[in-house]
Amino acid sequence: MDLLANILIGVIVASTPLVFAAIGELVAEKSGVLNLGVEGMMIMGAIAGFAALISTGNHPLALVAAMAGGAVTALLFAILTQTLLANQVASGLALTMFGFGISALWGQGYSGQSAGPFPRLNIPGLTDIPLIGKLIFGEDYMVYISLAVVAAVWWFLNRTRGGLVLRAVGENHDAAHAIGFSVVGIRTLALMFGGAMAGLGGAYLSLVQTPLWAENMTSGRGWIALALVVFSAWKPWRCLAGAYIFGGVTILQLHAQALGVSIPAQYMSMLPYLATIVVLVIISRDKVQLQFNAPASLGKVFYAAS
Amino acid sequence: MFRLEPRKELSRKMFYLTPLLALALTLVAGGIMFIALGKDPFTALYTIFIGPLTTFRGFAELLVKATPLILIAVGLALGFRANVWNIGAEGQYVIGALAGGSVALAAYPGGGYWLLPLMCVVGAAGGAAWAAIPALLKTRFNANEILVSLMLTYVAILLLSVLVDGPLRDPEGLNFPESRLFQNAARMPALIPHTRAHIGFIAAILAALLAQLALARHVIGYQIRVIGAAPAAARFAGFSETRIVWTCLLVSGALAGLAGLFEAAGPVGQIVPQLPNNYGFTAIIVAFLGRLHPLGIIASGLLMALTYIGGDAAQVALGLPSAVKSVFQGFLLFFLLAVDVLVTYRIRWMRRGMVL
Repeated sequence: MDLLANILIGVIVASTPLVFAAIGELVAEKSGVLNLGVEGMMIMGAIAGFAALISTGNHPLALVAAMAGGAVTALLFAILTQTLLANQVASGLALTMFGFGISALWGQGYSGQSAGPFPRLNIPGLTDIPLIGKLIFGEDYMVYISLAVVAAVWWFLNRTRGGLVLRAVGENHDAAHAIGFSVVGIRTLALMFGGAMAGLGGAYLSLVQTPLWAENMTSGRGWIALALVVFSAWKPWRCLAGAYIFGGVTILQLHAQALGVSIPAQYMSMLPYLATIVVLVIISRDKVQLQFNAPASLGKVFYAAS
Repeated sequence: MFRLEPRKELSRKMFYLTPLLALALTLVAGGIMFIALGKDPFTALYTIFIGPLTTFRGFAELLVKATPLILIAVGLALGFRANVWNIGAEGQYVIGALAGGSVALAAYPGGGYWLLPLMCVVGAAGGAAWAAIPALLKTRFNANEILVSLMLTYVAILLLSVLVDGPLRDPEGLNFPESRLFQNAARMPALIPHTRAHIGFIAAILAALLAQLALARHVIGYQIRVIGAAPAAARFAGFSETRIVWTCLLVSGALAGLAGLFEAAGPVGQIVPQLPNNYGFTAIIVAFLGRLHPLGIIASGLLMALTYIGGDAAQVALGLPSAVKSVFQGFLLFFLLAVDVLVTYRIRWMRRGMVL
């Protein structure tokens, strides 16, 4: 039974970066912008958070730095696509390449250093409960933050006026503009929120999961997060569930080896990527349903004629 | 403050001017970056952009690096024009090298004049087959080709790592994860004697010319151009989207596979885990910088190859980190996308508070 609890803890650790990145991208896409640069924003968050922690030793400050790193990167994307009306697909790719370059340059002096353990929740009594204690009451703080963010995003999108406005901009930007909402402003904010969350996802890798800095350490998680948003049909709770399923697939590869499955590790490492493809196929098969779920203005350039 | 006004028609002047403008901005931004890194910006920029061209060897290396970039970018550009986004050229490149290289290893130590052409065909077929997966999933199940082709890149790189550590490993080697060196019959003939420049460069130029011919003269090229310029018109004209998706992905996959095989049979000479060198991703920038035009891509491919060699030179001479290369490439694409607004819009500056 202890093994099961350990596996579940592993799943949560593997999933949390995806939860952050995917929920942020979900908000950006709900506002009608397709930002393919999640990978680039994640890696910027990873190095920004790591660098801040090494120089200050302060965990909350490191998380703020990670969010800032991601959000500033996202702002570049917003300037390109919202102000200068550049192609969103190409701009997203540019963001990813740029993020890789800058983070590698910035991270030069940090390779080989360790961030040390990340603080965990510890409630005397509760955390000591056998089996479930560590699982439910003993995670690192970022896990609880990620769950709170998903809940907050759900609440914001579905229960507040601001969420309604954001969704309106994503569904029909011309109509929203005609009513008098600032399409560009709202989208820029949504993008920056997406960037901040992707930054936290990246920081989870460099501060909690490994915890050290390595070039290209995101290894495709930003892209998997993009697929998760499609999988979730743009619904926050499904997004969370999807991320946990993917974390499970990732953990499977580690435990298959422990159980003596004797195939090369690389084949197991392919699983998350192959799973992403399978999920995409299943979810995209029904074209009508997909179009029904997706924000109607997703990926379209908005030009305010007047 | 400024306002963007749509132009009545695209500015041809700007269309050709913006890549140069982007390059100029990149140089300025790069100079600032070097100052921030505590280096003399002029020495650094000279080392990267002029230095390699002053030696014969540097010039030959330029052709070596430009070969895969041009080959891959030509294929990608066809797709980008038709809104088919193959982002997984890196994976198709790896599979091409694996498939074509396996032919050489299977024939080892034999081979004749037939071996290299056969390797090229198998390499191109391998790349095309890898690209056929996103094509099939896109046309049959509507799955996004960007994500599928990208995921397959990670799979391809892992596959490379398994195979060089198993069936393709050099039986006479010291258990290093790499294949044996290819026999002479399996190596690319040199283009310039005593350098690494090989005839693959000629093939890359030919591919660009053929692509240009296809775009200008062939019906599929015409359809690609119409889809890019006016998607609605293409739908009304009844162009088969399925056919375009398949064509673009198969052609770009085959060219990427060929590029991978050229690299394995050319400068590298064996199959090693380090084979993927980001060419598949850099080629995306090359395609855009070349205006998605095959002839423009030859120019931008050479320029981007310069950043590869100059970046390495700067690493050695000035102690700059290798990441400088990627930052430059990122800057270039960023600025290009930013200034491209000038092609379709004109900027009208205005004073604060002015009423429209």
